[in-house]
Amino acid sequence: MSRRKEDAVILSQEKIAEGIYSMWLKTDAARGAAPGQFISMYSRDGSRLLPRPISICEVGKGKTSLRVVYRVTGENTGTEEFSRMEAGDMVPVIGPLGNGFPLERAEGKRAFLVGGGIGVPPILELAKQMNCEKKQIIVGYRNEETFLKDEFGRNGELYISTEDGSVGTKGNVMDAIRENGLAADVIYACGPTPMLRAVKAYAEEKGIECYLSLEERMACGIGACLACVCRTKEKDHHTNVKNRRICKEGPVFLSTEVEI
Amino acid sequence: MNMKVNIAGIEWKNPVTVASGTFGSGAEFEEFVDLNRLGAVTTKGVANVPWEGNPTPRVAETYGGMMNAVGLQNPGIDVFCERDIPFLRRYDTRIIVNVCGRSAEDYCEVVERLADEDVDMLEINISCPNVKEGGIAFGQNPKAAEEITKAVKKYARQPVIMKLSPNVTSIAEMAKAVEAGGADAVSLINTITGMKIDIRRKTFVLANRTGGVSGPAIHPIAVRMVYEAAHAVKVPVIGMGGIAKAEDAIEMLLAGASAVSVGTANFHDPAVTMEIVDGIGAYMKEQGFGTVSEMVGIIG
Repeated sequence: MSRRKEDAVILSQEKIAEGIYSMWLKTDAARGAAPGQFISMYSRDGSRLLPRPISICEVGKGKTSLRVVYRVTGENTGTEEFSRMEAGDMVPVIGPLGNGFPLERAEGKRAFLVGGGIGVPPILELAKQMNCEKKQIIVGYRNEETFLKDEFGRNGELYISTEDGSVGTKGNVMDAIRENGLAADVIYACGPTPMLRAVKAYAEEKGIECYLSLEERMACGIGACLACVCRTKEKDHHTNVKNRRICKEGPVFLSTEVEI
Repeated sequence: MNMKVNIAGIEWKNPVTVASGTFGSGAEFEEFVDLNRLGAVTTKGVANVPWEGNPTPRVAETYGGMMNAVGLQNPGIDVFCERDIPFLRRYDTRIIVNVCGRSAEDYCEVVERLADEDVDMLEINISCPNVKEGGIAFGQNPKAAEEITKAVKKYARQPVIMKLSPNVTSIAEMAKAVEAGGADAVSLINTITGMKIDIRRKTFVLANRTGGVSGPAIHPIAVRMVYEAAHAVKVPVIGMGGIAKAEDAIEMLLAGASAVSVGTANFHDPAVTMEIVDGIGAYMKEQGFGTVSEMVGIIG
């Protein structure tokens, strides 16, 4: 018995784009937290039982605080409840959970750090911690609300795509990579499944080592319920079938290991 | 005050176990729960061969609960025996192995394989709403339920708990049927079949279309069914369905359950079982109950 659900204290909360909020939490979950890992955040409303898995956007200095940047998924949702909280309020959390991005694979290499939509936030801590030859951050948004843009700009070469063409390349992250003639030896990506499929296809066509952070509906968040599995090429050692637990072995997987 | 209970000849240190499928084989909860504090650990269902389960999404939240259609994904009995039984044996708790199958032969193969294993009880899942064959096919027809009970009893060395479905007209009739087949205990309720629709995407939320609803929202239904089953049979009843706090567990015991299982609440707080054990103890002290059996079925 070494872990528990704890009450994290909200240090600050800020709306940074339409429906997108940034929250700093004082929490034990910051200890040992790595880019690509997530925390489970719990509603205080008894009608909402399941944890909301939220990716870690930044780890504070001294590892006593975490930043999460999350999307409000609709009215009367758990994330809307979180968005109404203020500094000093407490929110129950468990974390850090899962396995993050393997940073060491980028040493001495040209890297792509790719984020799309609400998969953008975990790319920030990844960019901050990564040591590589060439750090190319490619992030895709819907429109001109390019949240976290300035922070990315301070942590690497930044390329932006927007669906409406208001900022950077019009289109998606793959369009930005092509338009700017970018090249990489290793890729890290987090975002919606269609984006991850495109990144995976690109990486495998070119034979580039590629790590994808996957998402799926979760219930327990700790590897017990087998809700959040993804299909795998080979039989998994734990499940003994061709799927793996995203919350436990993931959310980051080598692209060639998974079928999405 | 003594919290021990005796379920079909097996003594548990307290009346609290976990509902199959919500706790794996305990390994994932080891960091959050002192497994020694549980009366028993009930494992996720295991079949004779590995099962891949259903496509995702497999779960959805519902008001005061959730629904799942995991589809009994499991690593098969070989891996279970090599890995999970030795893990659980490190703890001072009873081991209840939940068994699933697609046919009578499947169930019997697993039960026979477990005969020489160091486990305390078997729970036969004839009530999973999320797999087409097996499971629920045995759990909605009293004659089929009696027959499958008889069949597994031929091979079982450990006491057999038959896990019943709430998706039936008469839970009393189902409980009587498995008792007639030789069940040593019954457990109920499994999840209630439900459906959730995404009105934006205009499709089912779960890939399986339907799923089993669980959680606090279904607790009163579970209490009613436990009460009816406990009045229909002489064998012990293990009550479950929406238990999220000690008070919910105590309701089950007063309704006639000899022990209780905590399920969905483990997803809301992985340490909730310890609070429930403590809360039952506190209630017994407050109310002057010397043993759990003094409480069981007290409401008549």
